[in-house]
Amino acid sequence: MTAKVAHKIVLHFPQQTWDRPIVCMLAKEFDLCFSISKAEITHEEEGLVVLDLSGAESEYKRGIKFLKEQGVRVEPLERDVTRVEAKCTHCGACLAVCPTEALDVDRETWLVSFDPGKCVACELCIAACPPRAMQTAL
Amino acid sequence: MSVKRTVAEINERIRKGQAVVMTAEEVARLVKEKGTRKAAAEVDVVTTGTFGPMCSSGAIINTGHTKPRIKMKKAWFNDVEAYCGLAAVDCYLGATELPESDPENRVYPGAFPYGGAHVIQELVAGKEVRFRAIAYGTDCYPRKEIETTVSLKTVNEAYLFNPRNCYQNYNCAVNLSDRTIYTYMGVLKPNLGNANYCSAGVLSPLLKDPLYRTIGIGTRIFLGGGVGYVVGPGTQHNPEVRRLPSGVPAGGAGTLAVTGDLRGMSPEFVVGVSFTGYGVSLAVGLGVPIPVLDEEVMRHAALGDEDLVTQVIDYSHDYPEMVARSLGEVSYAQLRSGSVQIQGREVPTVSLSSLPKARKIAARLKEWIGAGDFLLSEPAATLPGPGSGIAIKALHERARKH
Ligand code: SF4
Ligand code: SF4
Repeated sequence: MTAKVAHKIVLHFPQQTWDRPIVCMLAKEFDLCFSISKAEITHEEEGLVVLDLSGAESEYKRGIKFLKEQGVRVEPLERDVTRVEAKCTHCGACLAVCPTEALDVDRETWLVSFDPGKCVACELCIAACPPRAMQTAL
Repeated sequence: MSVKRTVAEINERIRKGQAVVMTAEEVARLVKEKGTRKAAAEVDVVTTGTFGPMCSSGAIINTGHTKPRIKMKKAWFNDVEAYCGLAAVDCYLGATELPESDPENRVYPGAFPYGGAHVIQELVAGKEVRFRAIAYGTDCYPRKEIETTVSLKTVNEAYLFNPRNCYQNYNCAVNLSDRTIYTYMGVLKPNLGNANYCSAGVLSPLLKDPLYRTIGIGTRIFLGGGVGYVVGPGTQHNPEVRRLPSGVPAGGAGTLAVTGDLRGMSPEFVVGVSFTGYGVSLAVGLGVPIPVLDEEVMRHAALGDEDLVTQVIDYSHDYPEMVARSLGEVSYAQLRSGSVQIQGREVPTVSLSSLPKARKIAARLKEWIGAGDFLLSEPAATLPGPGSGIAIKALHERARKH
């Protein structure tokens, strides 16, 4: 019996794949469970879907391989919270909400740093950042 | 011998490149080291700075006349409406104005991604913005509508006119309720989850001249990256509050009305900001030079974060309901430490005003003065201070008289 895995991932669909039922295939062919938390088509007509994907580890790997073969770019969600450095005023408002210290302040310079490695993509900082420097790629 | 200087003497030294200028943080250290008297003798000017959201801000814009002429009744910059109850092509674009299409708090908490403040920042950044106006048409102003783009290059005048900026001191906001609240003081987590404050403390302009001895009407200042002026006391200027023995107010007190040409400002110091669940505001960078006229001026200018205090206010009930209650007095040094004790609990603190930017502003002003590019101005009149009898009033509803 293989272990079960669950990941939050971001799928970027190139224009030519958007009309095919690729996500459904994950359930049909690989017996994976998914719940979509966001789906969007950007102006360039690139499809973008955020989903929780879970299932048996071996099937999960095959599913991801299948997605890539279809031309879908797969990324862990973590990578999709970014900071637009030029917009950050180093006010510190985000520090109240960040649960992981991915956002942290140096108490000498009072500059606020962002460590993507510690970020769990909870997105709490996005609404808390007044100049909207914290963004998702969504 | 006690130190005495006039603004004219200081300007003479600035012109000759001899003036000694230090930031408020630097003189706070200097006074600890050498004492007030020596510091006052050594230093001619102390520079201050602050950068934070200041809602009562906006821009007066004269777009120039169209052909045929129009007397604007309503006008929009990037769909954000500007007030047109002035002359034909004069209008006032308020920082907190929202586009009509904004869902506001109908989907709570609203995101408020764009408003007047963002338009102002784009203009300062040199961008073109969409402009639309409508009118009813008159014999002298026959045109009824116009749609075009404008920028700082195309308009006649465009200047910030902020009725209330630069609060002398400001509340530290907490939430005693059991749900998250969204305020102009940021997101406040339930049950004293965080304490948000908004003052540059040791660098804050009006905390360093608490009795308004040098800052007055006509004072030349750093505004938004360019040069501006104090127009007068800001709205809600409230000098008669409780003060510490040093003279500094223990809570919100004085304010400044300021103006300055948008041309010459920088999008680094004029920033549109969005407060989730509250709305849009303009973060403004403002710095004031303080001429060291005597030792008292230096004593005030050198006060440190540990000498400056504010009040902890509940924003879930007390603030909205106009209940005057402080949950405690905390110093800016305590707030800066990362947490404060409130009702026996250790509460993490969060600053909404940017200290790195405040430092940059005080340093920039120091550079300008040091280079002889920025002379100090003697106020044309002083601001109402303690003893003036000026106090903030609430609006009491009254039955209509027939
Ligand atoms: S998304 Fe969450 S974890 Fe990541 S920086 Fe923002 S608040 Fe911190
Ligand atoms: S809230 Fe936004 S602007 Fe302020 S420090 Fe955090 S990331 Fe920077």
